[in-house]
Amino acid sequence: MNKLNYLLAAFVGLGLSVAQAQTPKGSVLIKNATVLTVTKGNLENSDVLVQDGVIKQIGKNIAAPSGVQTIDATGKFLMPGIIDAHSHVALDVVNEASSPITSEVRMKDVVNPFEIGIYRALAGGVTISHAMHGSANVVGGQNATLKHRWGAKDPADIIMQDAPRTIKFALGENPTRVHGRGNGIQPRTRMGVEAVLRNGFSEALQYKKAWETYNAAKAQKGNTVTPPVYNERLQTLADILDGKIIIHCHSYRADEIYMLINVAKDFNIKKLVFQHTNEGFKVAPEIAEYTMGASVFADWWAYKMEVYYSTAFNAAILQRNGAITSINSDSAELIRHLYHEAAKTQRYGGLTDDEALAMITINPAKQLGIDDKVGSIEVGKQADLVIFESHPLSSYAVPQMTFVDGVKYFDIKSDKDDQRQLVAATEMVEPIFLRANEEAHRCMQDVDAYFEAFQGAFLEEKH
Amino acid sequence: MKRILKTFCAALLALLPIVAMAQIDGEFVKPRTGKFLLKNATVVTVTKGTLSNTSVLLENGKISQIGANITAADAEVIDCTGMFIYPGMIDGGTRLGLVEVSSVPETVDYAEIGNVTPNMQALTTVNPNSEAIGVTRVSGVTTVLTVPTGGLFPGTAALINLNGYTPDQMYGGFKAVAMSFPSSGRRGRFDRRSEEDIKKDAEKAMKEANDIWDNAKSYLELKKSGAELSYYPEMEQLSKVIAGELPLLIEVNAASDIQNAIKWVQDKKIKVIFSGVAEGWRVAEEIAKSGIPVVTGPVQELPTRQSDRYDAAYSNAGKMAKAGVKVALRTDEEENVRNLPFHAAFAAAYGLGKEEALKAVTINPAEIFGIADQYGSVETGKRANLIVSTGDPFETRSQIIHVFIDGYRIPMSNRHIRLYQEFLERSPGLKAN
Repeated sequence: MNKLNYLLAAFVGLGLSVAQAQTPKGSVLIKNATVLTVTKGNLENSDVLVQDGVIKQIGKNIAAPSGVQTIDATGKFLMPGIIDAHSHVALDVVNEASSPITSEVRMKDVVNPFEIGIYRALAGGVTISHAMHGSANVVGGQNATLKHRWGAKDPADIIMQDAPRTIKFALGENPTRVHGRGNGIQPRTRMGVEAVLRNGFSEALQYKKAWETYNAAKAQKGNTVTPPVYNERLQTLADILDGKIIIHCHSYRADEIYMLINVAKDFNIKKLVFQHTNEGFKVAPEIAEYTMGASVFADWWAYKMEVYYSTAFNAAILQRNGAITSINSDSAELIRHLYHEAAKTQRYGGLTDDEALAMITINPAKQLGIDDKVGSIEVGKQADLVIFESHPLSSYAVPQMTFVDGVKYFDIKSDKDDQRQLVAATEMVEPIFLRANEEAHRCMQDVDAYFEAFQGAFLEEKH
Repeated sequence: MKRILKTFCAALLALLPIVAMAQIDGEFVKPRTGKFLLKNATVVTVTKGTLSNTSVLLENGKISQIGANITAADAEVIDCTGMFIYPGMIDGGTRLGLVEVSSVPETVDYAEIGNVTPNMQALTTVNPNSEAIGVTRVSGVTTVLTVPTGGLFPGTAALINLNGYTPDQMYGGFKAVAMSFPSSGRRGRFDRRSEEDIKKDAEKAMKEANDIWDNAKSYLELKKSGAELSYYPEMEQLSKVIAGELPLLIEVNAASDIQNAIKWVQDKKIKVIFSGVAEGWRVAEEIAKSGIPVVTGPVQELPTRQSDRYDAAYSNAGKMAKAGVKVALRTDEEENVRNLPFHAAFAAAYGLGKEEALKAVTINPAEIFGIADQYGSVETGKRANLIVSTGDPFETRSQIIHVFIDGYRIPMSNRHIRLYQEFLERSPGLKAN
């Protein structure tokens, strides 16, 4: 009986892994486009051959292998799929705001493949988004890197399974508001935020040591040692210390950014990316030297005190100082035109086309640890591609087709009026959301239930 | 080598604002007026075509001459060879000047307590020194309508030019009483009312609106008949709308609300402008038939319904214009009003077309607000509100080189640019300990 159970479990397991392995892979030949490779310059009138989801060949006069569809892209622009390093699209829940450290929670448990935001992102050329935990906690949950395979019904099928683990951190105003002012526990100040981080990592070091001691003793013959109590929260922090997880940290002010760099140095943490980073320009040399860079808004400012002294030239200053810089959305609205957001670095700082395009392709790929797989048009990379009618950095650019793994998920010519995959039974009358833009910012979603006394004061805040 | 050259050119371009702003310690560049001759530009007049190799003379705050060979010995000559002159852009709906930092209540002044407060004057609370004003105007937006929001009649909107030291110096000569038309839509994700409650609330609000309107009518009749009236500033302000002295700027977005609003104003014989009009494309023919002009936006916005096409908001302006609606654009923003040209570009790309999109941020709002004799195009006699750019001002890669507001030459600087100048090459840079 027991055996049968095991067998059954093995079968179910096998079934699952097969299902994951079977995310659709397409083959297509895109002919005669201006190919913006991002990493290897621009190729005029060139072809890109995709087979089984992978870029096989880039050049001129490539003949289509039998059975491979050809798309004529004469006069059009082909660029790598856009990557958004900060998003909350396709998440049912954003914040587990119950403790200053919640490293044990995982966004992959709350991925919703039916959210229309995925299709809308595809219509803006975005093929990968970094679905992040919110910014309520100093150490938030583990994020999920998503591939926008629209139409998938299993959440696992839109998770980029070969992407490394990442985790959300948050400094400054949100954790101090939620936990200090909201709940009366540390941190209430930026000093407290540092303490929470140092305490957490120090505890994780002890936890790690306890396991190392146990594992060493266990190897001895005839030992009678008992294992330490397993703790997912501390184990995750230990994994950060071991370099297995990339930190993506919500931050605004230069002082708090500088603080985390110092903490990271003290704990020998190398994999660190700053998010928002509105005052990153003030510590750009430090960010460039010690971290994996910053992921920033193109021009958002003044929506809260921490970003009042920021500048739209932030990305350009970071770039010129040698920091890896990406432009993100953190918004279900902005995610639809990241190509335009990236183009703003030309208005604010005169970046080149390649520099601007890198900020939404290869640079976020580096920050997510997936630049060996995506982020540029190179042979051997996954075929995430976008075709534009005109140059993607033009304000008039309109995405025409978007491919993930060589499969076309958006085509402006066959875009239907209603693209929903799932309609809730309760939606007898479809709700109309006015000023939906304010909806789009979800960094502080799901914290309301914890703070009834504030009567929604939290809800109006953005990011 | 080519790459180095390219980088060098990019660096030069990046330095442009710095060069233009070179200054000695302690010197502050102020806006200054005078007689300016903008020489040898391509002038996009909006109303009278595009004129190449043309010069524009500004004096006494006005555009005094446009032509190929203007001689003005006493004018400051600004060489605009290879540059383009456009009229200053007008944003038809913002909260600019009414808020400094949205999350700090002490700096938020656009929503007064109360449901009926039409006498609240946006112009009163415009902060001429708001950082956002300096940040906005260098983008080429020279004039905005700034609008209170909140209750049913939240206040009186005012048109302001983005230069001046007092609200009166900034005032652009147009006001309108704002109204939030009773809405059948949800205010956001956190609006968890049932469909039934939403409907009930809308009906209740409609009844209230009608009652208030009747009161205002009575107030006006009594006033006309010479009755002695007690102090009632709300009715006083509303009665000006009924008397036709002030237009009513109706914020309305859901399709059925737009239809109701058209019906509601039909027999009222008042001047009406719709604003928002997010679902205008669903009832574009009806709006066109009503003849009511529209200030729509934001363009870079999510659709109102999950079932809508992804580009519903992008294409809204174009669809309404095609149906014959007079369309102007707005950002509905405070600190991000500088993105108006980009909203216009999206509207252009998704159906409105470049020419109409340009009109929608220049001559159309001017006409809708009844100030087209002063604003909205480059024509002699009009206010000297214009911009000089390296190219199409809707393109991010173009740089706005000069901005003139009421004949004042605006310094091309603000805090964003000053921070760039200070931090691009920090000194000391990276330093161990």
